Amino acid sequence: MALVKLNNRGVRSVSTFGSISSLGTYTFIKKLTASSSATLSFVDGSSDVVLDDTYKEYLFTFNNIHAATNDATFKFNGSSDTGSNYNVTKTTSYFDAFHIENDSQAAMGYRVAEDVAQGTGVATILRNLGDDNDQSASGYLHLFEPSSTTYTKHFIGGGSTYGSADENINNFMAGYFNTTSAVDAIQFSMSSGNIDAGDICLYGIN
Amino acid sequence: MALVKYNNNSISAITTAGTLATGAMVLIKEQTASSSATISFVDGTSDVDLDATYPIYKFEFINLHPSHDNLDLQFNGSIDTGSNYNVTKTTTFFRAEHEEGDGSTELAYKTGRDLAQGTGFATLIGGPGNDNDQATSGYLYLFNPSSTTYVKHFLASLNTSTDDNKSRNSFVSGYFNTTSAIDAIQFKNASNDIDAGKIKLYGLKDS
Repeated sequence: MALVKLNNRGVRSVSTFGSISSLGTYTFIKKLTASSSATLSFVDGSSDVVLDDTYKEYLFTFNNIHAATNDATFKFNGSSDTGSNYNVTKTTSYFDAFHIENDSQAAMGYRVAEDVAQGTGVATILRNLGDDNDQSASGYLHLFEPSSTTYTKHFIGGGSTYGSADENINNFMAGYFNTTSAVDAIQFSMSSGNIDAGDICLYGIN
Repeated sequence: MALVKYNNNSISAITTAGTLATGAMVLIKEQTASSSATISFVDGTSDVDLDATYPIYKFEFINLHPSHDNLDLQFNGSIDTGSNYNVTKTTTFFRAEHEEGDGSTELAYKTGRDLAQGTGFATLIGGPGNDNDQATSGYLYLFNPSSTTYVKHFLASLNTSTDDNKSRNSFVSGYFNTTSAIDAIQFKNASNDIDAGKIKLYGLKDS
C-alpha cells in the first residue's frame, strides 16, 4: 500500500489532535540579563515583550540575581502607561522563614517593613541579598490577568535568598495592583545599587 | 493530483508529532517507585539532563507512598554525578497542618528539620502515613544547577496525609553552598523504602 504523507496544507483545517499531551502550557516570551543594571523592565509591545490579554497568567523567573550592594532588596513595580511611570497603587503582604548558616537563629514570621499598604512605591520580592561573589537570589513572580479592566491585578511572588547575614531566606509575598486600568509593564530594581547580574525570564501560561 | 484533506476525525489516532513546537516546560524524565530505597536523577544517565540545558528544573512528586509510617521524605545533591550525595547546604523548613477531626492546627517553623551547613539529606516533609490511601505530593524547583559562580537555590512545597491523620503542608528553601555544578539529585525516605509513586523531572527553557 502506498504511503500517504501529510503536509501543512493537507492538514490546515485540523485544530486539535487526538491525545497529544506534551506540548506544554508555558510559553517563553522574553529573557533579560542584568549587567550592572539599575532597572530591568518588561514593557508590552517593546522588544518582543507580550504583557496583555494574550495570556491570563504571566510568570517571571529570577535566576541568580546578584546585588551590586550588600544587603539590598529586590523589588518591583507596575505601570499602567506602558512604562512611562512605574507607580501603580498596591497593597501587599510579606512573610519569610530564615536560617543562619551557623545555626544561631531560625524563625518564620510576617515582616511589616517589607509590605505595602496602598503605596505607589516598589514592593519587596526577595529581601537582603548578600553581595559576595557566590551569593544570589532566585525565585518567581506570578501576575494574573494584567489586562483586566474590571478587577485589581493579583500577583504572588517569592524565592530563596542567600542573605547578607549568611543565611537562607524563604520569601513569600502577594498582593494586587489596586487599579482597574490594565497593567502593561513591570519593572524590577534593587532597594539600593544596581542589579549586578542575573536573568529574568517572562513566560505566558495558558 | 487531488488534494487529500484531513480533519480531526481522520487523524484522531495520532499521538506524537514530528516537529511541533513544544512548550517551555519540557518533561525530561519520569521515574516510578517500586519499593525503592532511593530514586536518583543523574545527569547523562537514563536520558536525564541536569546541566546547563535548562536554567530551572522542576521535580514533581505524585502520590509517593512510604513503606512505613512516619518516614521523612528527603533529598540531597551530588557534584560527582551520583558517586556521593553529600553537598553542604543551609535550609529553612516550616509547615502548616490541620487534623482531620478538626482537633488541632499549626503553623510553625521546625528547627529539627532544617539544616545549617549540613551535608546530610534535607527533609522535604515529615510524618507521611502509609495507610493504603495515604501519600505525598508536591514539587521542588532547582535553580541553575550548572552554575560554577553561585550557590544553587531550591524551593519546595509538599502536602501529605500524615500517620496521625493530618493534612500537612511543608515549605522548604535553601541552597547547595558550593560553586561546583550539581549534576545529580537523589530522593529517599529517612529509612526503609518509597513503596510507590512517581517523580517527574521537567526543564524550563529560557529561549
